[in-house]
Amino acid sequence: MSDSPKRADGGRRAWLGAAAAGVAGVVLAPGVRLIEVARAAPAKTAGADPAVRWGLLIDTTKCAPGCEDCVRACHAENGLAPPTRPTDARWMRKVEIKEMKTGRQASVPVMCQHCAEPPCVDVCPTGASFKRADGIVLVDRHRCIGCRYCMMACPYKARSFVHEPLAGQKPEVPRGKGCVEGCTLCVHRLDRGQALTACAEACTRAGHGAILFGDLNDPASEIARRVRELQSTQLRADLKLDPGVRYHGI
Amino acid sequence: MLRGLAGALLALLVLPGVGVLAAEAAGRTPRPAIEPAQALTQCIAPAEVMRREHPAMLAHQRDDTVRGGVRGAKASLRGCIDCHAGAATHSVAASPKDFCVSCHAFAAVKIDCFECHTGTREGVR
Repeated sequence: MSDSPKRADGGRRAWLGAAAAGVAGVVLAPGVRLIEVARAAPAKTAGADPAVRWGLLIDTTKCAPGCEDCVRACHAENGLAPPTRPTDARWMRKVEIKEMKTGRQASVPVMCQHCAEPPCVDVCPTGASFKRADGIVLVDRHRCIGCRYCMMACPYKARSFVHEPLAGQKPEVPRGKGCVEGCTLCVHRLDRGQALTACAEACTRAGHGAILFGDLNDPASEIARRVRELQSTQLRADLKLDPGVRYHGI
Repeated sequence: MLRGLAGALLALLVLPGVGVLAAEAAGRTPRPAIEPAQALTQCIAPAEVMRREHPAMLAHQRDDTVRGGVRGAKASLRGCIDCHAGAATHSVAASPKDFCVSCHAFAAVKIDCFECHTGTREGVR
């Protein structure tokens, strides 16, 4: 007595399972649904690792004057329109420098230096400007009121204010009018597990190899080895902000 | 008899009023046109829970993500958009009939999510 309902139930389950497999097969066949199935159960990541200090090493001896490959890659990655006016947001810019005594020139990309002691965080009245556990200095747009104190405090002019309404933002890089923004060290890529910023990727792909990205705290990493062996400086080292971006050759 | 008369009077007095109110309610504030979510997807919680709790879910998740770098949380705005984007606009906020906008217009709750976040499904520009 107890056997027969069980068998019937088992039979129905088997049939349902087969039907479901059939449906899944039909849906998966075009290949569109596969992504959605994968997205249905996203793996929750552990978050920013406090043992890590992300940084950049910029070799200015390899950085050609006038080359803006990194700037273009940065702006394309983060959905910024190519800046045309002085008030347009720019997360990265090229600065041409010249020593007047000797005439020696260099071209340096300048972006948020991701300081260990960031003055933008000190001055922010709402706590929107903050430093993540892995050393990346960011703006939390949910809290930013657009007062621009951080822009005044930053000695590197690394931050921009968005003056006008935006449309067509990238899903991974939300940005909008009334907030201050700056280089995020491609935080969306890092959180995805891709340890390469758009600027470093573009520079390497173009064959310049002037930008190296990595974990300064990991003695085995390429960037840690290079900063150990090469002479490198921090911009405005006298301010003792301990930037995570270092420059070789200036 | 008396009771019947009172009932009729009441009906006469009240019903046209109700009728006018109902007409006004329907005319001034269109009922939200809730588009069905993308087929063969399952929401992260029952509809009653989502209706009431989605602001808290998203507010909690956004702090974890922006400040802590925790990605792939159960509740995510991109997750909402991927399933609920309208068939015509591929967005939850582009037209008054889209998923987020239709309900928020009805409830008179202004949201500013889509001033920074794109409301368009990923891969559609």
